[in-house]
Amino acid sequence: MQQERRSVIRWLLGGGFAASIASFLYPAVKFINPPDMPEASVNEVSGGKTQDLKPNTGKIVKFGSKPALLVRVSDTEWRAFSAVCTHLNCTVQYSDARHQIWCACHNGSYDLNGKVVSGPPPAPLEEYAVKLRGEEVVISKRT
Amino acid sequence: MASATRPGGLGSWLDERLGLSALREFAAHKTVPLHSATIWYYFGGITLFLFTIQVLTGVLLLLYYRPSPTEAYESVQFIMTRVQFGWLVRSIHSWSANLMIFTAFIHMFSVVFLHSYRRPREITWLSGLVLLGLALGFGFSGYLLPWNKVSYFATKVGTDMAASVPIAGHQVARFLRGGADVGGATLTRFFGFHVAVLPGLTTLLLVVHLGLVQRHGMSSPPWSEGKKLSQMNFFPNFFLRELMAWYAALAVLGSLAALFPWELGEKADPFAPAPAGIRPEWYFLAPFYTLKLIPSHVWRVEGELLGLMGFALLAAWWVLLPFWASNSKGAVRTRWVTGAGVALLAYLVTFSLLGYFR
Repeated sequence: MQQERRSVIRWLLGGGFAASIASFLYPAVKFINPPDMPEASVNEVSGGKTQDLKPNTGKIVKFGSKPALLVRVSDTEWRAFSAVCTHLNCTVQYSDARHQIWCACHNGSYDLNGKVVSGPPPAPLEEYAVKLRGEEVVISKRT
Repeated sequence: MASATRPGGLGSWLDERLGLSALREFAAHKTVPLHSATIWYYFGGITLFLFTIQVLTGVLLLLYYRPSPTEAYESVQFIMTRVQFGWLVRSIHSWSANLMIFTAFIHMFSVVFLHSYRRPREITWLSGLVLLGLALGFGFSGYLLPWNKVSYFATKVGTDMAASVPIAGHQVARFLRGGADVGGATLTRFFGFHVAVLPGLTTLLLVVHLGLVQRHGMSSPPWSEGKKLSQMNFFPNFFLRELMAWYAALAVLGSLAALFPWELGEKADPFAPAPAGIRPEWYFLAPFYTLKLIPSHVWRVEGELLGLMGFALLAAWWVLLPFWASNSKGAVRTRWVTGAGVALLAYLVTFSLLGYFR
């Protein structure tokens, strides 16, 4: 009888202790988890003036919170892509010598349609639409 | 050494590598004297418990806090409004800081009234006072971190007090502020003190303080000398009671944090006038109000300087308590010490209340 009482008390104490530890850990774990920060959705950004980018060159443009790559292929031809490499999220760049988009992190390359040419990237780059409004280059998401 | 663990079991495996049986042996022999004032022994442990809560919640806050004048206030606001349980974690950190200083004061005065500072515990007393000073430093440096109006001006006033000390005052104030005035450099500095320098020093001092408590054992009051006091085993008897005291402290802390969430106030603006009714945290109220009462000049001495000199003398007298408490024959002047303790307590309570309400 005495032994049984002792065992019940031990379970009550241990259970209460475990439950209180769980109640301390729950808010701590929730706190550690960063809250979702919805970015203001951006559908269109300015890529600067046409005269600022020479043919066969590219530049990184801020597209919301992510980088975009604007490439002036020739006098009249413009291309824009998400500059986030589909392999491991590095920022890609335009290689004027190879006329390709290149990722320095793991030597992945994409052609000027965003398709993978070589290296480890598993998927093509997202391509954006480019329009000229007078002298301004406008990059927008394709609908 | 005899091992209570089953041979071949996990306990035995750990014991061989960590020497747990020595710890068990030590815990088995540690006892706590039982008398009418045993309850006061719990407050040191409660203070330590609240310090642990400070460390844990402080680490959590560090995950989101940004120590710069442009981001500090916003990051605390983010913690309180966007992070899950962020308001609770910040509120617990602030309330626990205040309760920790409160229980540290109770612990100090219980040591005084039970005369536990007496030989051979003088260094335990000194290390305890340094720990209290560090706790006040934590309070002062942490107060600025949310970068709100009240904390900004309180820091301006606090660091300016240091500047009025003769000879080295300006250097000390400049060191504290990281420049000529309170600004971004002060915030970075205070953040460094709060999360690195003070925790490091406190850990070191805690090891010394707790080591000395273990070394000398629990002190019995002088009126029990010569009597055979019954003893309670520290482990598990006293330890389980202490654990219940921690739960009680946690209940008080949780209730305060949930029912009276710590406010953030308005963002600091260095070019705005100081808000009306500005005052420091409650534990600095007594010296704050005393300085308010002293006229600008007493004879030819500046009032503020006179006040600071008075505080310095008072602090030195208090620090040296174990040394003036004994007469030349080594007997403790218990009445003197109790009288001094009552006088100091009365001063602190009265002036804190006056500082709060006037």
